[in-house]
Amino acid sequence: MNLRDLVSQAHESGDYSELLAQIPYAQKIGVKCERFGDDVIFKLPANKLNIGNPLLPAIHGGVIGGFMELSAALYLIMFQDVPKLPKIVDISIDYLRAGYYQDTFVECELTRQGKRVANVTIYAWQKTRSEPITTARAHFLIPDS
Amino acid sequence: MSSNLQTEVDQDLTGRAQRFIDELVHCVDIGLSASKVDSDGRTTLELPYNKELIGNQDTGIMHGGAITTLMDTASGTSVICSLKDFEICPTLDLRIDYLKSAEPNKPVYGFAECYRISRNVVFTRGYAYQDDPEDPIAYCVGTFMRLGTEFTPDYFRKRVLKGDYQ
Repeated sequence: MNLRDLVSQAHESGDYSELLAQIPYAQKIGVKCERFGDDVIFKLPANKLNIGNPLLPAIHGGVIGGFMELSAALYLIMFQDVPKLPKIVDISIDYLRAGYYQDTFVECELTRQGKRVANVTIYAWQKTRSEPITTARAHFLIPDS
Repeated sequence: MSSNLQTEVDQDLTGRAQRFIDELVHCVDIGLSASKVDSDGRTTLELPYNKELIGNQDTGIMHGGAITTLMDTASGTSVICSLKDFEICPTLDLRIDYLKSAEPNKPVYGFAECYRISRNVVFTRGYAYQDDPEDPIAYCVGTFMRLGTEFTPDYFRKRVLKGDYQ
């Protein structure tokens, strides 16, 4: 099944696991996805193998960045009718608070989509949405249909 | 500095870098290793090709997140190797430009250096490449916050600086 069919199937059933199973990196770090009405929240359950700083302990900043980048690409496929995984152009990540060894959540917002490039803002939080641990913005190239 | 002494310094810092990376669970899990650190703290790490890190099954290319981890770790390690004493320095921000896709079935190298060390903040820059450092696949700039030496427990400092696991 192609990605587009998997997305519409997931939208219908509310179960995104088969879609995520297509991406080895998503499986590796353990990305999950849940729908709330028309919104989707991505979840990275606490996973020992994602730890960077052993002293706190805290999730590796690269894993948080990778989780955000992956979430943004999936968000574009799910909601912007992008047919294939879009290619990333750049990402700028601000680490605002320590990302503790806990469940982490991500929400994406489309800032602007042009014909060829999309700009997505990404928020990651743990305890409460109003206290993001990380924010990022990224540009993606929109593949041709 | 005589060339022998220079080599010793480089080996010592490469060892420090490897011991630091060995403390980071995720980096051990994906097989990151320190290729070389020179006496100015310029750091090169190696990320072996790993099918678990693939982002797109059609192409077999590793996900950008793996490159983010490589570059965050390379930058952070160059900070650790550029400061005299050990300081935990969390990432403040990281910006990565993806110039072109990595090729599958080949390792990716991450190079980073500190171009300014101030009292509170360390500024880093670097790039990721495969065959040729002159032909990078990604550029990266970052800033790291200095927390001061008192934030690091003594046992951890000894492990990273001296390889003392007592």
